[in-house]
Amino acid sequence: MSTRDIVLIALFAALMAALGAFPPLMIPAIGVPITAQSMGPMLAGGIIGAKRGALSMLLFVALVAVGLPLLPGGRGGLAIFAGPTAGFILGWIVAAFVIGLIVERFWRKLNFVIAFLATIVGGVGILYAIGIPWIALVGGVPFNTAFTGSLAFIPGDLIKAGLAAAAIVMVKRAYPMITPAGDEAWRAARPDVFD
Amino acid sequence: MIAGLYRPGDSPIHRLKAAWKLAALLLLGTVLLSLPSLWLAGLSLLAVMLGYAVAGFGVGVMEKQIKPVAVILIILFAAQLWLESLAGGILLLLRFTTLILAAGLVTLTTRTSDLVASIERGLSPLGRLGVDVSRISLAISLAIRFIPAVGQIVSDVREAQIARGRRPSPLTLVVPVIIRLLKMADAVAEAIDARS
Repeated sequence: MSTRDIVLIALFAALMAALGAFPPLMIPAIGVPITAQSMGPMLAGGIIGAKRGALSMLLFVALVAVGLPLLPGGRGGLAIFAGPTAGFILGWIVAAFVIGLIVERFWRKLNFVIAFLATIVGGVGILYAIGIPWIALVGGVPFNTAFTGSLAFIPGDLIKAGLAAAAIVMVKRAYPMITPAGDEAWRAARPDVFD
Repeated sequence: MIAGLYRPGDSPIHRLKAAWKLAALLLLGTVLLSLPSLWLAGLSLLAVMLGYAVAGFGVGVMEKQIKPVAVILIILFAAQLWLESLAGGILLLLRFTTLILAAGLVTLTTRTSDLVASIERGLSPLGRLGVDVSRISLAISLAIRFIPAVGQIVSDVREAQIARGRRPSPLTLVVPVIIRLLKMADAVAEAIDARS
């Protein structure tokens, strides 16, 4: 792992903090606040790839755990991980990894549709697949109850998946960060991006 | 450097080593979650509340820890009451309140830098497996320094767009911010490598 990788991991962890400071958007029809922060794992995985993206989320989670108030509303500390919704926070690490894997796999022909599928699969599907059983397990409620209770967040998450997908495609065009596996010609064409 | 949730003090809990507090928290969590006893959960809650008193924190501080999860705890309590029993609901409330308060107490009485140091010590055995632990320390300290810098970049980009008569939307904001970050990464990485 190069110094540049470490710097990128730290920068995307810091970006998560900046996203947490955005004022949440209220959509009256669903009555659930939409925070910008859950775009972070999508952007990290989709822009700096699976491994670095997941590590940046792990780093962010660690910063929250050591007591920095980086979650929306200035929340943080170990208490977050003792609560029933900790699965959604820890799930960001896996979400970023899965989004990164999909984006890396389809890097050459990446377009909005593929990026959107990646952010939905990782940032919504995988995240809920971790967060909902977590609530059910630690909260002692049946899976279905936990699932129904989480449905209200899905519309907002789909909007964020769309925004993140558009951003991933735009950043790829302007400043690509992922190397297609074994593509030396591509690597040679962008010496500024690689050491 | 951004302010953490630590509240300075000189109580015995403040002075206790971070590693001990973390170990105690882990032990409390394991015992509470493996033994479904109302008595045990109730006594642990009293012990943790006593801890807040010893550390010099009032009821308001405890309330602040519980408030963000209060709604979901009430929903879970109602679900337990509906599907299981009153005792199940009370046990659930006691367990969560105790663990959240205990975890909060560790955060409130331990400096962020001490917790980071204990993470680094905890990870040091990984060094033998070929993981470069100094890189992890570098990542942590860089991220802490980048947080205000990234916030500054966001407000710079937003102001520039407003100055050009554009209303910043999430998308028009996030793309230029990320591209600036990626360019900054190259500069910072070069500077670090040049110095080492």
